[in-house]
Amino acid sequence: MTLLDLANPTRFLTLTTRLLPWLAAVTAALLLIGLYQSAMAPDDYQQGATVKIMFIHVPNAWLSMFVWGVMSLAALGTLVWRHPLADVAAKSAAPIGAAFTFLALVTGSLWGRPMWGTYWEWDARLTSVLILFLMYLGLIALWRAVEDPSRAARAAAILTLVGAINLPIIKFSVEWWNTLHQPASVMRMGGSSLDRAFLIPLLVMAVAFSLLFVTLHLAAMRNEILRRRVRSLQMMQASQRAA
Amino acid sequence: MSLGPYASFILTSYALVAAVVLILILSIAIDYRRQKERLRELDASGVVRRSGRSAADIQ
Repeated sequence: MTLLDLANPTRFLTLTTRLLPWLAAVTAALLLIGLYQSAMAPDDYQQGATVKIMFIHVPNAWLSMFVWGVMSLAALGTLVWRHPLADVAAKSAAPIGAAFTFLALVTGSLWGRPMWGTYWEWDARLTSVLILFLMYLGLIALWRAVEDPSRAARAAAILTLVGAINLPIIKFSVEWWNTLHQPASVMRMGGSSLDRAFLIPLLVMAVAFSLLFVTLHLAAMRNEILRRRVRSLQMMQASQRAA
Repeated sequence: MSLGPYASFILTSYALVAAVVLILILSIAIDYRRQKERLRELDASGVVRRSGRSAADIQ
């Protein structure tokens, strides 16, 4: 099966139906391993046990941006190549991305209270991630507000690409501005500054959450394809009755 | 394993992530059932896809 074959929604449905149980099993296993490693990780010499929040906060924060990146690629697919699954992919990813962003904000807030002494600070990193969350909600509202899927797809694709400007702002906000949020400690020049005792559970959790996204995204795409099939069949039924 | 004086912050974070992930999984699973049910209803009412295949055939 080539990539071109996957452009066919029916072939995509066949593949996802076969793939999803395996993906779900691997994701669950990796999440369990990651949670065990997170529980067994030592306390940080400064933060104590609150460092355990990092193992769920950081993967959610990474995915909040990664999902928008996936949606931006899908937006290009909609606008440039008019790929039949591009809008399906973007629309299905948005609620999952919004959930990851919400979790990044709330777990960050719960980590910030004992470490910084405050739940929230209007600094560049926190504010730019909040804007990302609001953009996710705006996109979801747009898809729901416009009835014609092809019109909604084009408008959402443009908004997604404009919103992608926020991704480098989020990434580099801790370097460009003086923020309460710590600078990058994993993906940075010169390698990670984290000790292996924290880095390994963090990477396992990051891979597990990424697989969770892939699994949920494929399942949500399958639902969206079926929803569009229902819509076109209902329209076909209505026109047959009118005739 | 002791979680120290900020145990409530740590446990709330993990519980919240578990709850939101569970809601995501359930909402997607319920949506899948709903779409399949609608396709079965359309199939029962005699609507056929352009390819000639049954509406309820999702593969």
